[in-house]
Amino acid sequence: MTFKSLVAAACMGLMATAATAQDSSVKVGMITTLSGGGAGLGIDTRDGFMLAMKMAGDAAPEVVIEDDQRKPDIAVQLADKMIQSDKVDVLTGIVWSNLAMAVVPAATAQGKFYLSTNAAPSALAGKGCHPNYFSVSYQNDNLHEAAGAYVKNAGYTNPFILAPNYPAGQDSLTGFKRLYGGDLAGEIYTQLGQTDYAAEIAQIRASGADSVFFFLPGGMGISFLKQYAESGLDIPVVGPAFSFDQGILQAVGDAALGVINTSQWNKDIDNAANATFVEAFQAEYGRLPSLYAAQGYDTANLLLSALASADISDAEAFRAALKAADFDSVRGDFSFAANNHPVQDIYVREVIKEGDIFTNKIVGVALEDHSNVYVDECKM
Amino acid sequence: MTVLLFIEQVLNGLQFGVMLFLMAAGLTLVFGVMGLINLAHGSLYMIGAFAAAAVAGATGSFLLALAAALTAAAAAGALVEMLVMRRLYDRDHLDQVLATFALILIFSETTRWIFGSFPLFLDIPDWLSGPVSLPGGIEYSLYRLAIIGTGLAVAAALFWLISRTRLGIRIRAGESDREMIAALGIDISRLYTIVFALGAALAGLAGAMVGAIQSVQVGMGEPVLILAFVVIVIGGIGSIRGALVGALLVGLTDTLGGLLLPELFKLFMETSSASTTGSALASMLIYILMACVLIWRPRGLFGGSA
Repeated sequence: MTFKSLVAAACMGLMATAATAQDSSVKVGMITTLSGGGAGLGIDTRDGFMLAMKMAGDAAPEVVIEDDQRKPDIAVQLADKMIQSDKVDVLTGIVWSNLAMAVVPAATAQGKFYLSTNAAPSALAGKGCHPNYFSVSYQNDNLHEAAGAYVKNAGYTNPFILAPNYPAGQDSLTGFKRLYGGDLAGEIYTQLGQTDYAAEIAQIRASGADSVFFFLPGGMGISFLKQYAESGLDIPVVGPAFSFDQGILQAVGDAALGVINTSQWNKDIDNAANATFVEAFQAEYGRLPSLYAAQGYDTANLLLSALASADISDAEAFRAALKAADFDSVRGDFSFAANNHPVQDIYVREVIKEGDIFTNKIVGVALEDHSNVYVDECKM
Repeated sequence: MTVLLFIEQVLNGLQFGVMLFLMAAGLTLVFGVMGLINLAHGSLYMIGAFAAAAVAGATGSFLLALAAALTAAAAAGALVEMLVMRRLYDRDHLDQVLATFALILIFSETTRWIFGSFPLFLDIPDWLSGPVSLPGGIEYSLYRLAIIGTGLAVAAALFWLISRTRLGIRIRAGESDREMIAALGIDISRLYTIVFALGAALAGLAGAMVGAIQSVQVGMGEPVLILAFVVIVIGGIGSIRGALVGALLVGLTDTLGGLLLPELFKLFMETSSASTTGSALASMLIYILMACVLIWRPRGLFGGSA
């Protein structure tokens, strides 16, 4: 057999498998972080997503779940494997922006749909937007913009702001400054994964700030809050929801009590979908749902609503069905802006203690029907 | 920048350095005495923190938690030495790196299996919490002062152990010539187990003390491990004194660099680009320090001349 005929045979083989894949039912690939330092976020995303799938019963598509270990190279390998050998139609689940940047553009270029349960970097909202890419969570800047608006409205005039030095951290401080707009007592980029903030806290103390805004997701936030409480500083602290999430609040303990944070979801938002979700999640997993679980649950319900009204083999119709966002969001009102990112309310929450459990309650609305600033840059 | 801020940062640097010393001391002993590269040292740090969090959660006593951290890390260390390390002494360094890397994965996943994926709660005890006023009007965390004190006490105890006791003599002898002291009738494998368990206990102590002001979670040991390797390379492999000096140097360089470099750049750059350039350079500073020390003294500050 010559080389040419070998190639031809291989191509025919590929076409044959592609043809059979079209006949089978819809398949969803979930790539998320299930091991390593950030596993709590991925596990909550998965559990929220699968809860909605379980509640959908027979209507639920087949879901393939894989662990990206929070590593971009592994996420890319998994996406290739899911697209080429598992033949998935929809990808979802990535928690971290740097992983999303590695996976999403390639997946959408191959005609797959990507529904983001969390990461929504500005690069994918503006010039890099794609008709097959939908962010169900937010745009990365949103919660920080809300914090900026809160700090301004609360009458603070000299906040000190800090975030880790990586794309989401830079988006964070940019977002905060966009809606705050006033003077700053100081601005620091810390190292990603830093665990000791004594040096930064000393600088905050010396700066004469009247409030502190910080974006330090996961373990970084736990370290910062405990050390801040220990330092004897009593300047009010504001942050986005990530450092005050259900999963990590118990590890922060009393140090978080009373802290103001911004979020597009909380367990006490008053609507039927949210009440069902919170109750079903607790019954299924025996713990309170987190923001990530709520985002996973909403993403699954959006997907189910689109699958019910359009056939995924008709990409145009399926895209329109997703864009209609015809599902009961746990956040109440929910629609998509022109660049497929949510238009939604963003709330101000306060950390409280319910019995022995630390949790959040909504104390106000920071921004109503908030979209994002990248809509005009997106041409699709 | 004020003098108060500077002094506070020096204290922060000291505290960071002392914590690094507890990690580096075990690493340098194991490498110096046994010639073994132990990447799993960070896992022993994590075991210490998790044991402390579990015991503090169950009993509410911080001292018991510290004791549990020491015991658990030492026991894990001794077990690892007897089951795994013993087979690796005669092997190539690459084999040791592979095997101890496998141990990191095993320890991490086992810890997740037992304790779950969410960070645990470990707090500072009431009698050590809150700030304390130092002379000159400096407010400083009492707990961090306690860490500095404990670390320096451990350093003094280690010097005494190495230079004044029979065990120390054996350790030093094992460092110079392991065949010879075996020939002199000393049970070398028992000595190795003791040294390994001692190093592990120090890492566990560091994990427990730092766990109370940071987050206790799977994978917490690896970032510290990298710094601890930098410390022992700067200090000279196998030298406890080198580990102490190296640790304090790295701690102070890292803390003060982050403060002083942006200020320095502000003298001839605009504020925002000065703070970006300054903090970018500050995060490289300890590696630049390491490179400079190695150019000046290729075997580290207190490394042997062999």
